[in-house]
Amino acid sequence: MLWIAQRASAAVLALCVAVHLATMIYAIRGGLSAAEILGRTRGSAGWLAFYSLFVLAVTVHAPIGLRPILGEWLRWRGASRDLFLLALAMLLAGLGMRALLGVFR
Amino acid sequence: MVLTTPATIAVRVWRGGAAGVFQAFEVPRHESQTVLDVVTYIQRSLDATLAYRYACRVGMCGSCAMMVNGRARWTCRTHIDLVLQDRKDITIAPLRNLPVIRDLVTDMREFFDKWARAKGRFQGRVSRNEDFERIKPDDPDRVQVDAGIECIGCAVCYASCDVVAWNPDYLGPAALNRAWTLIKDARDAKTMARLRAVAGDAGCHSCHTHLSCTERCPKSISPTAGIAGLKRAVVSAVVGKAF
Ligand code: SF4
Ligand code: SF4
Ligand code: FES
Repeated sequence: MLWIAQRASAAVLALCVAVHLATMIYAIRGGLSAAEILGRTRGSAGWLAFYSLFVLAVTVHAPIGLRPILGEWLRWRGASRDLFLLALAMLLAGLGMRALLGVFR
Repeated sequence: MVLTTPATIAVRVWRGGAAGVFQAFEVPRHESQTVLDVVTYIQRSLDATLAYRYACRVGMCGSCAMMVNGRARWTCRTHIDLVLQDRKDITIAPLRNLPVIRDLVTDMREFFDKWARAKGRFQGRVSRNEDFERIKPDDPDRVQVDAGIECIGCAVCYASCDVVAWNPDYLGPAALNRAWTLIKDARDAKTMARLRAVAGDAGCHSCHTHLSCTERCPKSISPTAGIAGLKRAVVSAVVGKAF
């Protein structure tokens, strides 16, 4: 199950990163200030949805990826590791959504 | 070739258990000599206390594998010429990733226990009273079985896999390859229990696709391909159950 989630979130991430980069490069071509960017993102439900998906994918992908690394390199296995990763996922989701709301509200 | 061949080879052989030392020997050089010939010479002519394992000498039984210059090999079919290509000495050690009993002999119980844990035993679908299955040799599933079926259980792949070293529970390439050949076998009952046994942290999903097993397998089997097949089979089973 974790493996499927990892593959699926990787696919979502690949798409999100590509869209994110392409939009950035496109948007700043003519030079753009932070205020102007905020002006465009505020209240845009489409971008909010897009970046929410992005945050969700990161939340799923990063802890699952860290799981075998902790197991294989630090020999940290079992419930304590998985609890730690769950906490990390919450932290990532919380920080990501906080940043998002800051930009969109 | 004969003229330039030095008369002897310098050989360093592991002596002792997990804590041991390498012992140096000088062994006469012959044409078409194998690594196993060298070890046998040492045991018969230089030091009768050397412990090592072999049986068939022709690459069938899978009992003679050792680390030769740091690389897992079947010693009965590894020519000295091959391992001496760019050096004058040979270092022979017991297989990696397995407990050493003494000298070149490892305890292979864990390796074979993992085959059992991967449900590597054939389970027929029909009884002897029913007609037997007719499988065409070019049946796509059978072709995949054939690609993995010639495993001799030598543990060369197991000794070459870093994931086995990092994660002691990992079933390893040989056991997973075995499970794969059964899943592709039309005569096998294909229990969900086997799929469950080969999924997850100890199973196919821990494989990093390093391909060390595939590169080192003396029978040219690709456990990596089988493991990838297992991953697909698990996804199909999960998705099939969900819809
Ligand atoms: S491909 Fe998988 S099983 Fe083979 S050596 Fe690499 S990690 Fe081990
Ligand atoms: S898969 Fe190859 S290397 Fe591994 S045990 Fe079988 S024959 Fe040996
Ligand atoms: S002695 Fe049997 S495979 Fe080498």
